[in-house]
Amino acid sequence: MAAAKISRTKRVVWYVILFIPFFVAIAVPLYNRIEPSVFGIPFFYWFQFVLIIVAAVVTALAYRAKV
Amino acid sequence: MNWIALSVFAALFLLVTVLGFVAARWRAGDLNHINEWGLGGRRFGTIVTWFLLGGDLYTAYTFVAVPALVFGAGAIGFFAVPYTLMLYPFVYVVYPRLWSVAHKHGYVTASDFVRGRYGSHVLALLVAITGILATMPYIALQLVGIQVVIAGMGFTGTGLMGDLPLIVAFAVLAAYTYSSGLRAPALISVVKDLLIYITVIAAITVIPAQLGGYGHIFAGIEPGKLLLPPPTADNTGAYGAYATLALGSVLALFLYPHCVTALLSSSSRGVIKRNMALLPAYSLALALLAFLGYVAVVAHVHDDPAYTDYFRQYGNNFAVPALMLKYFPSWFVGVMFAAIAIGALVPAAIMSIAAANLYTRNVYKEYLRPDASPKDEAQMAKLVSLIVKLGALAFILFTKPQYAINLQLLGGAWIIQTFPTVVVGLYTRWLHRWALAAGWAAGMLVSSWMVISQQFKPTYPLHLGGLTVPGYAAFYSLILNFAIAITLTLVLRALKVKEGVDTTAPEDYEHDPA
Repeated sequence: MAAAKISRTKRVVWYVILFIPFFVAIAVPLYNRIEPSVFGIPFFYWFQFVLIIVAAVVTALAYRAKV
Repeated sequence: MNWIALSVFAALFLLVTVLGFVAARWRAGDLNHINEWGLGGRRFGTIVTWFLLGGDLYTAYTFVAVPALVFGAGAIGFFAVPYTLMLYPFVYVVYPRLWSVAHKHGYVTASDFVRGRYGSHVLALLVAITGILATMPYIALQLVGIQVVIAGMGFTGTGLMGDLPLIVAFAVLAAYTYSSGLRAPALISVVKDLLIYITVIAAITVIPAQLGGYGHIFAGIEPGKLLLPPPTADNTGAYGAYATLALGSVLALFLYPHCVTALLSSSSRGVIKRNMALLPAYSLALALLAFLGYVAVVAHVHDDPAYTDYFRQYGNNFAVPALMLKYFPSWFVGVMFAAIAIGALVPAAIMSIAAANLYTRNVYKEYLRPDASPKDEAQMAKLVSLIVKLGALAFILFTKPQYAINLQLLGGAWIIQTFPTVVVGLYTRWLHRWALAAGWAAGMLVSSWMVISQQFKPTYPLHLGGLTVPGYAAFYSLILNFAIAITLTLVLRALKVKEGVDTTAPEDYEHDPA
C-alpha cells in the first residue's frame, strides 16, 4: 500500500532541513537591515525574496527524497 | 466611464461565466452527490490543485490589500512574504495526514474528522461554527475587491445603479457554483491565474522602468518605513509583531474551510506534497506585488487629483488600481481589473462551497436530518452556498467595507482556535475533548477582546512586567488556548471523565492508496 518508506532517522533529518528556512524567516533581527544592498534593493527585501526560492527548492528536494 | 476598459473587462467576465457552467460536464460525475459537488469527486491532480489552491490562497483581496498595507505602513506589510514561505514546509509535513484520514473515512470537512477522532459531535459543531463564522466575512471581503475595480472603471453612481454591476457579478457566480460545484472555481482558476501573472509581470516591469528603476524607488521611500523599527529598552518593537503575524497566519491558514476543501479535493498525498514545492511561484508574485506598494508611493498616486475621490472612499486599497489606471492603456486596464475581479470570484466560490459543506455535514445531517441521503446533502449544500453568498452580498451593500475588513481580521483570530483540536488531533489524541472545547472558548473570547480593544488592529501590546511585547492577537490567544487545554486535560484525566471513542486508527494517517 504505502510507498517505500524511508528510515525514521532520515525523515527526521529531512524535517529539520525543511524547517531551516522557516526558522530563518522567524529570526527577524537577522535580516532587518539595509546593507548589503543589491542594485539599490535593501537586504531586508532581497533576502526574503531569496528565502522563498530556498524554501521552494528544499521542499522539492524533500519530495524527491520521498519524505 | 472608461468604455474600453469596461468592454475588455466584460468580455473576460463572460468567458469565465461560460467556463463556470461548462465545468459541470468536466470530468463528469454525479453532481447530486456531495462528494462530487463539494469536493469535485476528490480527483484533482497536481496541476488543477495548483490552480485551485493558488486561487484559494492568493485572492483578489490579497493582491489589493498587501500592496495597500505596504503603501501605508511600509516594511511591516511585507510579513506576507515570510508567511507564505513558512507555509509550505508546514503544510508539507502536517496536512497529508488530514488528506489520508479523510480519504479513508470519507470525511468532507475538518469537522467530520473531529467527530470521528474525538467521538464528540459537540466539538465537531464548535469547529464547524468557527469555520463558517470565519469564512463569511472573507467572502464579503472578496466583494470589496470587486467593488474597488468596478468603481475604478467609472461606475461611481449611487444607489441601485452603482451597486448593479456587483449584484450581476455575484448572481452569475452564485448560479454556476450552484450548478457545477467545486468544478467551476477549479476551471476558472486557470484563467484567473493566467490573467494575474500577466498583470503582475506587466506591473513590475513597466512601472518601475518609468520611475527610474528599483533602486530609485527604494531610495524614494522614507527611511523610517523601509525597515522595521528596532526594539527599545521597554518595547520589543515590530520584530515580535512581524514574526508572530507571519507564524500565526501560517498556523491559521489551512484551518480555513476553503483550504481544507481544496486539499481534500486532491487525488493523493503526493499531489499535496508536490504542490508545496510548486506553490512558491505565487509567493514570488505576491512579494513583487507587495513591492508595488512602494511603487505607488513614489508614483505619487495619492496626490493625483484624478484619484482623490477613490482614495477617500476606498482608502489605501485604491493604490494598486490607481497605479494601473495611471500607467497602462485602457484596454490593458480592462485585463488587469478583470484579473482582480475574477481573482475574487474563484475564492468566493470555494469559500461558499466550503461553508455549505460544513453546514450540511456537521449541522444539517448531524442534528436536523440524520437520515439525509447523499442526494439530500448535495441539495442542501447547493442551497446553503446560495444563502451564504446572498448574506455576504447584503453585508457589503448595506454596511461599510471597513466592517468586512474588521470581521475578517477577527475571523483569523477565531479560526486559529481550532488548531489544538484539528492539527494536534492529527498526531495525538492526548488532549481531552472537553479540555479542547474549554480552550477554544477561552481563545475565542480573549482573541476577540484583544482585537476589539485595539480598534481592530491585528497586533496586541502584551505587557510583561515593564516590557511591552506587541504581537499577533491570534498567536497570543492560541497560547492561552493551549495552556487551558493541557491543564484541563490533566484534570479531566484525573477525574476519569469519559473520553469519546476514536474511530480512526494510527495507520489511517499514512493511508496512501496511490
